[in-house]
Amino acid sequence: MNYTNLTKIATNALKRNKFRAILTMLGIIIGVGSVIAMLSIGESSKRSIREEMSEMGTNMIYVLPEAEQRGGVMRDNSNVKTLTLSDLEALQKEVKNITAVSPQVSSGGQAVNGNNNWPTTIYGVGASYLSIRKYELEDGRIFSDKEIKTLAKVCLVGKTVAENLFPDGGDPVGQTIRFNSIPLKVIGVLEEKGENGMGMDQDNMLIAPYTTVQRRMLAITHIQSIFASAVSEEQSDAAIEEVEIILRRQHKLKEGEEDDFVVRSQAEMLEMVSSVSDMLTLLLGAVAGISLLVGGIGIMNIMFVSVTERTREIGLRMSVGGRGQDILMQFLIEAVLLSIMGGVIGIVFGTGLSYLASTLLNMPFVIDTQAVGLSFLVCSVIGVFFGWYPARKASGLNPIDALRHE
Amino acid sequence: MNKAIIKVSELRKDYHVGEMIVHALRGIDLEINEGDFAAIMGASGSGKSTMLNILGCLDKPTTGEYLLDGVNMRELNKNQLAGLRNKKLGFIFQSYNLLPRTTALENVELPLFYNSKIKAKERKERAIHALEQVGLADRMDHMPNQLSGGQQQRVAIARSLVNDPVVILADEATGNLDTRTSYGIMELFQKLNDEGKTIVFVTHEADIARFMKRNIVFRDGRIQKENAVTGRFKATELIEALPVEEDFES
Repeated sequence: MNYTNLTKIATNALKRNKFRAILTMLGIIIGVGSVIAMLSIGESSKRSIREEMSEMGTNMIYVLPEAEQRGGVMRDNSNVKTLTLSDLEALQKEVKNITAVSPQVSSGGQAVNGNNNWPTTIYGVGASYLSIRKYELEDGRIFSDKEIKTLAKVCLVGKTVAENLFPDGGDPVGQTIRFNSIPLKVIGVLEEKGENGMGMDQDNMLIAPYTTVQRRMLAITHIQSIFASAVSEEQSDAAIEEVEIILRRQHKLKEGEEDDFVVRSQAEMLEMVSSVSDMLTLLLGAVAGISLLVGGIGIMNIMFVSVTERTREIGLRMSVGGRGQDILMQFLIEAVLLSIMGGVIGIVFGTGLSYLASTLLNMPFVIDTQAVGLSFLVCSVIGVFFGWYPARKASGLNPIDALRHE
Repeated sequence: MNKAIIKVSELRKDYHVGEMIVHALRGIDLEINEGDFAAIMGASGSGKSTMLNILGCLDKPTTGEYLLDGVNMRELNKNQLAGLRNKKLGFIFQSYNLLPRTTALENVELPLFYNSKIKAKERKERAIHALEQVGLADRMDHMPNQLSGGQQQRVAIARSLVNDPVVILADEATGNLDTRTSYGIMELFQKLNDEGKTIVFVTHEADIARFMKRNIVFRDGRIQKENAVTGRFKATELIEALPVEEDFES
């Protein structure tokens, strides 16, 4: 069989019906385009979330008290008093795989400066908190150990708070603001950090010595959570284990008793978010895959219509010497060409779409080469698969009947 | 004596229509020699179309022998028959059967596409030559819908010539055309026959049959009579004798 001639015949046949060819390809174009766009957008959103999450801290580990059940009533985590300063000291002294540790207590409220006020949250923390959470100082300084001990009424302001309390652009450092009626002297301004992976503004905050927030604002002695930095990302699992052992000892938990705290790491969170976005990607990919399938069925439909419509042509081709297999190959090549051309256009279209999406959503532009390869493969398979049946029908026609077909 | 291109003996063809058996051909003996120009005539149902299908290797006889250019077609399978059609036969149909939206040249090239020995360059040269033979060399880039009926049939004739067949089979080739155009087509057939082409022409029109050398009349699956044409029409003379159609000239 002469494939060059048959390919020429098939391309000529497609050229004769450009509009129909384009309509037929549309299904494949949309199918492939959406598969590639979905998988690529999924991949790039995953990357952007990863990037943003790594901005949240340096190999961060954090400990939260686990809500206890008392008489069937679940209690709010922030009221659970199981984490104490002595836990913190124990962790600081004993855990080898962490470099820095800081307590955290927080309180919501209104920050006021003269006529300006702004709802925000004050975080009471230790001095190492900034390095754990990757906050940088834009101006001023962090509070000293002495200020922590003396419950000093000082604070650092996040960019959002600074902008809202000092709208004229005055230097907040040295000014005194009030938070829930307590005057606090601003000793530093934090560098802007933007939104985190969940869309929360990381600059809408005040930072103060934890003692100040504990005693002066909340009137509590326990701490709400503990943040720490593991030595490295690889060591964070080991660090979690150490933290768990020490806290269990601190809390005098017997074997078999459940932890009254939870230790989480950034790596874990990353995994969680990744698995969620993987799931979403898979789901979207599956939906797009179905549209690819529908596109393939579209090709089959058109090929069927085409076989019927071109029955006389088939009869003619047979009468001038086309064998059954020549006719079969012609229609098969037509179907494969349609789906491959649709596939190529779809790849371009999908790439463009994911580029557009990543630009609009401010995410890194990633092209999932696997998705490209896969959808190309799927296209060719679809062409053969859905082209085969109509092509068989065409090749099985009786030339006499085909020539008489009206 | 010219050699026999087509040699048919005791040819029968039965069709099964439900429970019934239709005897379309009931024993045909026929020889067509090189250079012959034969009309197969007969009313509808006489078996002439069945005969043409068998002669065209599109259908196989139930019994009997058919030798085309020395090849016994009973011994060939489907693909070999297709090859035979490709190399030895030229078909012309009543309704031209040109591919739409395809230039005259490409339409004429069509049979050669199924002959893998012929390269693109030769294919084109032969198609151009065939179009020259039918006097349409200047229309080779025209699409069928830009051609008149007569011109379309000429393209179809060129297509039947392009593979240099041993016999051209025409099925009511003038059936869709008016008298003047029909005569034009017959003039072309006579010219091709004079150049040595063997032509078998199925028609039910007696006046068209008179352009040929020989008439074979079918009736009820048998050859009713067979005779050489006396007083054969010369298409060139007849066209000159036709009244000038002034209405269409302006």
